[in-house]
Amino acid sequence: MSYITDLTTKISRSEGDPKIISTGPSSLSAADKLGKALGWFSFGLGLAELIAPGQITRALGMEGKETLVRAYGAREIGAGMLCLSIDRQLGLWNRVVGDGIDVATLLTGMRSNNPKRDNVMLALAVVLGVTALDVLAAQTTTRRHRRNGAEPRRYRDRSGYPKGLQQSRGAARDMAHAMAPASTRALTHKNSSHISA
Amino acid sequence: MKALVWHGKEDIRCDTVTDPEIEDERDAIIRVTSCAICGSDLHLFHNLIPAMLPGDIMGHETMGEVVEVGSGINGKLKKGDRIVVPFTIFCGECEQCRRGNYSCCETTNRKKELAEKVFGHTMAGLFGYTHLTGGYPGGQAEYLRVPYADTTHIKVPEGLSDEQLLFLSDILPTGWQAAVQCDIEPTDTVAIWGCGPVGQMAIRSAVLLGAKQVIAIDCLPERLGMAEAGGAVPVNFLEESVIGRLNELTDGKGPEKCIDATGTESHVSFAQPDTILDRAKQMMMLENDRPHVIREMAYVCRPGGILSIPGVYLGLDDKIPMGHIMNKGLTIRTGQTHVNRWTDDLLRRIEDGQIDPSFVITHTMNLEDGPEMYKVFRDKQDSCIKVVLKP
Repeated sequence: MSYITDLTTKISRSEGDPKIISTGPSSLSAADKLGKALGWFSFGLGLAELIAPGQITRALGMEGKETLVRAYGAREIGAGMLCLSIDRQLGLWNRVVGDGIDVATLLTGMRSNNPKRDNVMLALAVVLGVTALDVLAAQTTTRRHRRNGAEPRRYRDRSGYPKGLQQSRGAARDMAHAMAPASTRALTHKNSSHISA
Repeated sequence: MKALVWHGKEDIRCDTVTDPEIEDERDAIIRVTSCAICGSDLHLFHNLIPAMLPGDIMGHETMGEVVEVGSGINGKLKKGDRIVVPFTIFCGECEQCRRGNYSCCETTNRKKELAEKVFGHTMAGLFGYTHLTGGYPGGQAEYLRVPYADTTHIKVPEGLSDEQLLFLSDILPTGWQAAVQCDIEPTDTVAIWGCGPVGQMAIRSAVLLGAKQVIAIDCLPERLGMAEAGGAVPVNFLEESVIGRLNELTDGKGPEKCIDATGTESHVSFAQPDTILDRAKQMMMLENDRPHVIREMAYVCRPGGILSIPGVYLGLDDKIPMGHIMNKGLTIRTGQTHVNRWTDDLLRRIEDGQIDPSFVITHTMNLEDGPEMYKVFRDKQDSCIKVVLKP
């Protein structure tokens, strides 16, 4: 523990380094930020489902489905981790699919003899609202981060050899063994103007 | 001044920050004329490299004009000099520098206690990188303070453009060192995984160093097209078996020399199940890197061959096939680039017309466009291979 504390206390910016006066627009778009927020929401909901499935099923009048709720919790945590990662789109689409499963499960609680039917209706309304956000975030981030549909450029005229490929083959053969241990010292003296004697 | 500042995962902003000042007698300040986004900047963008702080200035591929020098520069630089700034900061005096191992400089990492705790020993300070390597402000900015500037510079002539010279700062010597580490013989086949900017430079280097055959492996058509233009045989790993194709091109014997220009963030695909496992473990912080390419190289490399690894790896990895490496007698060579060990020679080759590194530039934008260009480069949109920014 002291090892970690020691490390973290040493990570700080040096006194003379430039300081921020004003900040500009972020590379993170509004959709990315929404996706991250949904990721944290997913993570929190997943933890609640894993830790307290009994309270959730009781509130919904769906006792006996605790194992299912725990499984949904694991799914939510997985989706949350993906939403917080650079594979955000995958996580958001995972959430959209999960929303569909949640809605289907909640609909089974809408039976007329369920005394907690009102709670189920409220939960359905919340899930449908979050689903709309999930779909919006998933579509927008997918559009923003996908490669263009246009045919990629091939850059076949960019050889990088002003004298042409054939004339360049082997032009630097004199350096081919420059890393060999025996020649290292000679190499550094020969090729660098920055060595101190 | 304006600078591209790291604010967190995937969050780069073009901020207004205070101007850098001379802090030490060996410092110089340069006005940046060109800078570039490097593939390793994306590891910081993705927050895979630990010990970044919100407010850190990005960038380690930079060149410009000297506008101020400290009193200890001793005439080695003067106002108005045009220089490229190597990404490794080195003192030129310690035992490692005297051996030409500039990226292992024992002096310039101002947070060496951190590096020693994490890596066992310190390494050189780097611009615009983690605080494990000193946390020096980077060069994606209008001005840059260059510490140890009397040694940490490459003076360049006026007759060549920024675009021809800028990549002496990193990707050209990195690709070059990767190829030189292979001890290339005229009979050798060199296989290169990853055709990003470093891979492209490694291809040209292997051709210049006289390899019989160079094979380039990637999945992006624009990168494979550029690799083919450089004289490589392209292999699209999403369309054909890498191992099958490499064996076919080498009469079943495998390439003698393999270069991993991919590093920690290798492509994830269902065709390569280990990459999915690595990605899941990386996400859960159970593994630092996705070392698929190392596994593939160790499997396909000809016995007695060399695995050269310029791609950036971060930490602890799983399922590295030590049995393959040991039993096949493979040699692994890797490391951050000892930039100035190679740059005098490479500058001469640019002047001589052997290579023009500007071929790799696909996008030139203003510094203010930097945050968006990080996204474009990361998402491989608009056939983007290399972004140069003009402050």
